[in-house]
Amino acid sequence: MSLKKGLEDGIPIALGYFSVSIAFGLMAVQCGCTWIEALLISFTNLTSAGQFAGVTVIAGMGSYIEMAVTQLVINSRYALMGIALSQKTDSKFHGLWRAVLGFAITDEIFAVAIGHDSEIGRRYFAGLAFFPIIGWSAGTLCGSVLGNIMPDIVTNALGIALYGMFIAVVVPKAKENVHVLIVVCIAVAVSSALYYIPIFSVISSGFSIILCAVAASVAGAILFPVDEKEAE
Amino acid sequence: MDFLRFLPYLFIMAGVTYLIRVIPFLLINKKIENKFINSFLYYIPYTVLASMTFPAILYATGNIISAAFGFLTAIFISFKGNGLLPVAIGACASVLISELIMTIF
Repeated sequence: MSLKKGLEDGIPIALGYFSVSIAFGLMAVQCGCTWIEALLISFTNLTSAGQFAGVTVIAGMGSYIEMAVTQLVINSRYALMGIALSQKTDSKFHGLWRAVLGFAITDEIFAVAIGHDSEIGRRYFAGLAFFPIIGWSAGTLCGSVLGNIMPDIVTNALGIALYGMFIAVVVPKAKENVHVLIVVCIAVAVSSALYYIPIFSVISSGFSIILCAVAASVAGAILFPVDEKEAE
Repeated sequence: MDFLRFLPYLFIMAGVTYLIRVIPFLLINKKIENKFINSFLYYIPYTVLASMTFPAILYATGNIISAAFGFLTAIFISFKGNGLLPVAIGACASVLISELIMTIF
């Protein structure tokens, strides 16, 4: 597959990223970041959930350990995707190419790349990543710069866009796999308990996400171990 | 915030995220055999996103009612089999419309 095919496949992802990262730019500014800082975060991280939690840690002036552990847990899914991708790349896609292009492993780019029947080449993958990186950065810039002049009702509406993206990843899987549905419900229950029970208010939101995700995933791994076929 | 206080956060965020992506991609070529670890990793994306979304989504807009409408709309649209963009736009539109209606009445 060619560079051109990759560029084409990246356009819909880039459009989605642009709209969602406007919301991230807004949120980053609300958390106390300048527009340059928001843009730098998006350009160097290229991830929704991790950045979203990251600016929360920054806003709360959390410790560096909290930041590192938050990113490690939230983004650990990329390790799994990297392993899956490594099984499917062609022989030229190795070494330095993986070190450079591995930066662009995201939920959507991974999903599109792994969805093809043929092997994944470095040219195709580079093309696929190009527009999403630009879209994610440009949307962040727009959100952080225009955030102040947008009416409240518009910024309120955009505030839900990131969560919409998360829901778009979880719901289809929970619909087809009842084990995922149960594990997701456990995560939501733990998360609600930590949020609403006053005694847990000492736990920061970053660590709260870690606790919920690890607890629910351990429960899932014990109750419903996954077969190799199911994982693919 | 002050740029010099921001930089260490940026460095840690970007560095950890990059290493998580690249180290396994670069080094692991064999399949992981441990069933518990595989299962844990399988559930992680969904549990992370779910616990980030709820209940935080209820406080992501101007008020809890419009947020609840946006939340239900997003679930409905993605349940119907739509992807990232329609779900995100649908949730935003739902919040916008419900807040407009509440402003009028």
